[in-house]
This record gives sequence, C-alpha cells and structure tokens, in this order.
Amino acid sequence: MTDAAVAVAVAAAQAPTAPEVPTPEATLPQLLRELAARHGDRRHALREKRYGIWQPHTWADYQGRVRSFACGLAAMGFERGETLAILGDNRPEWVIAELAAQSLGGRSLGLYPEGIVEEVEHVLAHAQVQFVVAEDQEQVDKLVELEHAGRLPTVEHVVFYDPRGLERYEHPFLIGFTEVEARGRGEDGEHPGWWEEQVDRGRPDDVAILCTTSGTTGKPKLAMLSHRNLLSMGASLMSIDPIETDDEFLSFLPLAWIGEQMIAMACALQAGFALNFPESAATQQADLREIGPRVMFSPPRIWESLLSQVQVRVGDAGWAKRRAFEWGIGVGRRYATARLRGGKPSAGLSALHLLAEFVALRPVREQLGLTRIRRAYTGGAPLGPDVFEFFHAIGVNLKQIYGQTEICGIAVIHRDGDVKFNTVGTGIPGTEARIADDGEIQLRSPAVFQGYDRNDEATVEALHDGWLHTGDAGYVDEDGHLVVIDRAKDVLEAPDGTRFSPAFVENKLKFSPNVMEAVSFGGGDRPYVAAMICIDADNVGTWAEREHLGYTTYTDLAQKPEVYDLIAEYVSRANEDLPDGARVRRFVLLHKQLDADDEEMTRTRKVRRGLIGRRYDDIIEALYADVDDVTIRNVVTYQDGTRVERPITLRIRSMDGSETAEPRDGKPQPGGSA
Amino acid sequence: MSRAYRHNLNGSTLERGAPQLDARNVEIAFGGVRALDDVSLQVQQGEIHAIIGPNGAGKTSLLNCTSGLYRPQRGSIVLHTGDGKQHELTKARPARIARWRVARSFQNIELFKHMTVLENLLLGRHVHMRHGVLRSLAWFGPARSQEMKHRELVEEVVDFLEIEPVRTKPVGTLAYGLQKRVELGRALCMQPAILLLDEPMAGMNAEEKEDMARYILDVNELAGVTVVLIEHDMGVVMDISHRVTVLDFGKVIAHGPPAEVSRHPDVIRAYLGEAHAVVEADA
Repeated sequence: MTDAAVAVAVAAAQAPTAPEVPTPEATLPQLLRELAARHGDRRHALREKRYGIWQPHTWADYQGRVRSFACGLAAMGFERGETLAILGDNRPEWVIAELAAQSLGGRSLGLYPEGIVEEVEHVLAHAQVQFVVAEDQEQVDKLVELEHAGRLPTVEHVVFYDPRGLERYEHPFLIGFTEVEARGRGEDGEHPGWWEEQVDRGRPDDVAILCTTSGTTGKPKLAMLSHRNLLSMGASLMSIDPIETDDEFLSFLPLAWIGEQMIAMACALQAGFALNFPESAATQQADLREIGPRVMFSPPRIWESLLSQVQVRVGDAGWAKRRAFEWGIGVGRRYATARLRGGKPSAGLSALHLLAEFVALRPVREQLGLTRIRRAYTGGAPLGPDVFEFFHAIGVNLKQIYGQTEICGIAVIHRDGDVKFNTVGTGIPGTEARIADDGEIQLRSPAVFQGYDRNDEATVEALHDGWLHTGDAGYVDEDGHLVVIDRAKDVLEAPDGTRFSPAFVENKLKFSPNVMEAVSFGGGDRPYVAAMICIDADNVGTWAEREHLGYTTYTDLAQKPEVYDLIAEYVSRANEDLPDGARVRRFVLLHKQLDADDEEMTRTRKVRRGLIGRRYDDIIEALYADVDDVTIRNVVTYQDGTRVERPITLRIRSMDGSETAEPRDGKPQPGGSA
Repeated sequence: MSRAYRHNLNGSTLERGAPQLDARNVEIAFGGVRALDDVSLQVQQGEIHAIIGPNGAGKTSLLNCTSGLYRPQRGSIVLHTGDGKQHELTKARPARIARWRVARSFQNIELFKHMTVLENLLLGRHVHMRHGVLRSLAWFGPARSQEMKHRELVEEVVDFLEIEPVRTKPVGTLAYGLQKRVELGRALCMQPAILLLDEPMAGMNAEEKEDMARYILDVNELAGVTVVLIEHDMGVVMDISHRVTVLDFGKVIAHGPPAEVSRHPDVIRAYLGEAHAVVEADA
C-alpha cells in the first residue's frame, strides 16, 4: 500500500526534498543551561501574575529552581527513564517540574487539570507513574480519592505546589514543592557537579515527554516524543516564522496539550523568549491585554469565542458605533482579500483602510489584546472560513497549523502572504507529505514520534517506514496547499454522491455567536443532513433578556419556539453557503451542552462523534422520522448517589422546503415547521 | 517561593474553643418595644455561631449592641482577647470596638459604590494604619512602605475570595452577589478576631448562596476566624454552623448544636407559625 501511495510535494516553494533546518544537538535542559549562562539575571524567563503584579523569574532563577527540584526528586528515588506526571494549571512550577524530570533523563507527562478521576486513573496506571506533581487541593483530592479506593497502585509520591487548604492533610505520600526544593538544595550542596553530570548524560533521542492524544475515538494514547522531535519541529517553525528573544508569550492553554508544549518549551528554549502565566482563568483576557503577546497559538474555540465577544458587544453598541464597525470591517475585509495571496491593494483602498484602521479595526484589536500580535495560529481542529476572514479583516495575521500530537503538533502551515481560508498551507521545512490512494494524508519528518507508550499495536498501525498515517482525508489543491477534509472515517457521502465533511457543516453553523456546538449527521442511507445544536447559554440568554423572554434553565431556554426561530435563521444562512447535498434539513436544539466530563468531547473540546451517535440515537432517529418532537429520558445523578429520571421533550425543526431543492428518489421531504 | 499565605487573617490569639464573646442579660427597648429581653449567649473561638429567628426577633439589635451601634439599657457583652484582657463592649465606642478587631458586614451593602474593589478593601486596613494625614499625603518613605505592606495583605484576601477579575472595577458596577463578597472581604482585611455577618446571603440566588456559604466555611476552617452569623435560610444555617441560638420576640428560646435546635418544640412552633401559642407564651 505504501508503494502505491502517490508522493506529492506539498512544500511547493521548496525543492522536492525540502532541506532540513539544523536542529540543536541537545536536550531541553541542556538548552536551559545555555540560556541561563547567557542571560543569567539580566532577562526574564518566566513571569506569573500573582497578587495583581507580574512576578518574574530570571533565567538564572529558572535554572536554579529546576536544579533544586531535580536534586530533590533524585533524593526521593526518581531514576532515569522514569515518568513524572504533572497535573495542574499553567504555573512556573509546571515547567520547572517538567525540565527537572528531563534533566534526570526522565519523561514528563502532562494531564489536563479539569480531567475527572477516571481519566487521571487511566493515564497514571497505563504509564505506571510513581511521581506526580499536583497543583492544589482540587488536584490532590482526586489522587487521595483514588488512593483510598486502592486505584493508584504505582504512585508513591505526590508533590503539591499550592499548599492552601492542604494544611490538615496527613496522607503519607504528600510533600510540598518547596520542601522538595529545599531537600534538593541540600543534596546539591553535598554533591556539587552531580546535576551537571546528569544533564550532560541526556541524549537528543531520549524521550522527553509523553503526550496524551486527544482520543476522539476512545481512551487517550500516550505519544512518546524525543528532545530531537520537539526541537526539530520548533526549529523548522521558527525558520519560517522567527520568534525574537524580546517577544512575549502568554501561556494560558493546558501545558498537557502539544500545541502549548510546542511554543512554551520547544520554541522558548531555543529562542529564549519569556513565558507569562495569567493569574486565573477569569483574568486571561485582561492579562492578555497587559502582556500584548507577539505570537499566539490557540485552538479554534478561543478564536470563536473572541469573535462571539466582538459580535455581542457590537450588537449592544449604539447605532453610530455599530455602523462605524460594520463599515470598517467591510473595508478591512476587502483590504485583507487583496493582500492575502501576496497581492497589492489599490491606492484608494489603502487610503480607506487607513481610516478604517483608525476608527474601527485598531480599537477592536485593542479590546481583544491583539494589538502587538505579529502572527497568530490556529490548530487542533478546523476553523470556519468566516472566523478566519474576520481576524484578517481586523488585521490579525491568523494562520492555520496542521499537525498531530504524533508529529509534535505541526507539520503544515500557512506562509505569510499566502493564506487561503480553506487550506492548511504548505509543509514546514523538513516535512514531506503525500496523499495515499485512499485519500489519507501521510507525513514524514524528523518530528515524527517514537511510538505510543506500551502500545505497540497502535504504533504499528500509525507508523510505516517513518511515514505517519494521520487518518485524515485530504488533497493538494492547484496552489500546492494541503486541504484537510476531515477525519477519513468521518467523511460522508450525500445521496447525490457529493463527499462532504461534517466538520465543515458544523463550522458554518458555529459561526453564529448563538451556537456553541453543533454535530451534523448524514451520509449512508440517511437521505439528508440533520444537525444537533447546542446553544450558547450566555449569548442566547442575553438575547432572550433583550426580547423580554422569560426562561428558567438551559433546557427551558433551548426549547423556546422563539429560540428555534432564531437558530433557524442562522441555519438557513449557513445553508446558502453549503453544497446542496450538505444542507441541513432538520435540526434539534439539545437540552444540555456537550461536556468533556460526560465524555461527549475530548479535553481539547473535539466532539466524540461515535459516542454521541450511540448516546443520542433516539434523537437522531427522530431527526430522520416524520415527527415534530422527541421525548428522551434524562437521568441526573446527584452527588449523594440518588438518581432522578425525568422525561424531556425536544422539538425538531424542519427547514422550510422552499429554499432547498426538490426531494430526490421520491423520498419524502420533511416539510412545514414544527 | 512558597504559595502559602504570608498573613494570618485571624486576628484572635485565643485558643480554639476558648470563650470569646460573652453576652449576659442584655436588654434594650425602643419605646414600648422590647427588642432584646434578658438575652445571654456565649461564642467560642473558632466556631460558626448562627443567630436565627423570625423577623423582628432582635437579631440585628444584638449585633448592633455588640459592634457598639446601640447601647443596651442593661446587661454586659464581654470580649476576651488573647492577652488575657477582657473588654466591655457595651461601654465602648464603635471605633474602639473595631480596634479590638470586631468586624462586621451589614444587611444592606455598605460599601463605597464609586470606589474600586481594591480601595474598599484597603479601607478595611484603616484601623491598622499608623501614619498621620500629613505623612500619608507626602507618601514617600515610611508611608509608602506601609501602604505596600497593606496592599500585600489585601491581595491575599482578593486571592482568598477569588475576586481578581474585578479588582479595579468600581464596586457599584458589580453584581449583587459579588458586592456581598467584597463586603466580606473588607471585613476580613481587618484581620478580625470575630466576624459579625448580618444576613450575608439575603437576596441571593441558589448558586450565589452556595458560593457564599463556601467562602464563609473557608474563612472559618482555613483562616480560623470566629463567625457570628444572622441568616434566614435554615438550610444554610443547619449545614454550616456549629452552634445555633434562636431568638423570638427578643428572647432566647433555644440554643445548641443545629440538629438539636431544629428538633426543639419552641423553635418548630416559632417557625411553623403557631402564632397564638407563641403570643401566649410571651404574654
């Protein structure tokens, strides 16, 4: 099959074998040591907002703490090749712990802080972790609960770094981060040079991190990424999009995610720029404005929520402001379209744009904290073209990144001045890409992972002769850009034969600030596309208040006929842009939001299609039956274990038949409205 | 580099469980109305002590007597401090009582609406400020370093109550539940020995109530501050308090642990509204 695959030089700008960018022959801790030697106390490496003030760590501080913590870990019995799991929000201690483990030849394994007990148990047991660093009481409670139930057989030490609320915990496996550091300083004093020796023993091909894959299909797997993998990806990325030492980065997405590891570790330790950690999730937006980062990498949901914020605020603004904004955005859009593919806008348009920049575009960027942004990336899932266009219109250079955890998160990217909204761009230097006969995208580069931890079967499936089989379907367009359609197994075929991606349909729907999540169904023997939509509680709630529409709960709000009307308007607007076979004919507003705690989404907020299909099969069945509503049984389990079951009736809305084509094959066209 | 709090929010040096507030035979009347009639109650350090009762039972009057806003006509309220001293609160002025670290919040929010959250909280530090007007105006030197010290403690309270996002917002623009939290914060900034809360959850929705209950528990359990609480929501009272005193028409009709009090026949009568039975007992 590999032989039959057709190699396509995706990197059109480069020679068929794209030159590799020189990668430092080093490990991450070795780079830290170099930076500490070069910058010492003269530059900040980390900054954390605490007590309302940005509190800095210089490069010397950073190394000092890594060194003490590593020595402390070693004194507690941490050995080469062992795994240190880290469970918490982004704080200096997170990256310090990671580098400390790596400096001893160990691996770090990041866990999502909002992960529920079962997820923590699965990963810790699978990787046979003995050492865990947990942030605070919330995280420690999960581990204590598991330990009491005898479900943490391998864990021996839990190091916490926020002691508040833990004063009265007396579990023998608990120890404070500062205690470990103090112990480390003692050991370090007695054995000077020991830590340097350990760092020197590190090899670029050692496994640096275990990274959980998002697991849209099942339990997450652990991808093993070496220092060389991470550094080569960072070097390749920065060879096309340089990041300067003076650039600032706000680290607010989970460090367990490969995208955050990519910038915060692989790039930061090569370029030497500072990481900034926000005070809390609630202050992120304000902290973003204070830091004014030059580079930012976020999954689509962040960009979508920024856009929603703007849309809602514009909706609330006065007439004059709204008109100014709409005019400015229009000019911005035309200006951006002219420049996207390296073109030059006319002098008249440039002059108009200058004015628009002054009255509308710059103020919007300022509100979002994106004034200084030089490059912004989106990745992890497809971003709707409309969202893309908006950010380019306001002057944010937003680019798509395509990659997977297994290839350190990035393989293909838009180049500056060569951005197309429906593509993911071209390969970064050193990356080869090809499309197999069955349409699967395959990638090869020095960043391709070492295999899954303790899961050879999955490794064999994903890797063939160094080629990573992504499982994504795609093609290369006329400009040499890679287009990713969707997960290969998710691509659907409409009855008229058009192949379409559910994600594309869903992104169209999600462009509305009132739609939080959407899942579309169709293909196979289903005669049309139907969608399950979750409304955005905040935005629809605000709208309902303005309309003097009373409601009690999310379920109640979602089932208001007026809300159905509102959403139907957006659905018909989205339908206008969709090929006929992919238009949404019927939809239902779900009584709850999709939640990672209910396993309906991954921790990176990707929809788990298979599970949703099984869990809500009665709703889906009704979407394809000639009925106006469906009654489901909703079971609520309270904390004390009592379960209450109550029936909920959900309306089903058919889109007006007049705007869609005639029914095919004599199949009944659901008509009228619910 | 430790993340532990550097300041102790508990201003009392008494042992946990030692008697802290001792009210005996307190009586106050407004015209013909006896708001408090021979009321006695003891509060121990480190507990959450709830005072409940129907409207007009005299709960707020008791709190006002304790913080010096009212002068009772008879009886005494004694505050024990850790240095072995005893202070008679019925004879002291409110400012004096505040210096003994009796902090309170009000039924209606009493914050400075046009000032920011931080400024309101810093006001809670006022009793601890040691420099005169002139020196503070000059600001440089000792006044400056003093202000930094106070700000540090205020920031710990901000962190404790999770009000970082609104730190620099004017209080008047905040949601009601948040304003209540800021008021609790201002009282905490005094590093109180005893915290008097007058209906901290009045007018809140279920979620806000739950939050507030959590913060009051944290103040008590983590910081170790004694809390005297007036509350109408029986669910909250029974859940979080260690001891309950029930007032009705100015008289103590029951006191003890919540489980015991809720079974007390007089309490059931007062709450279930067998009105004439109570009136008879009163007459």
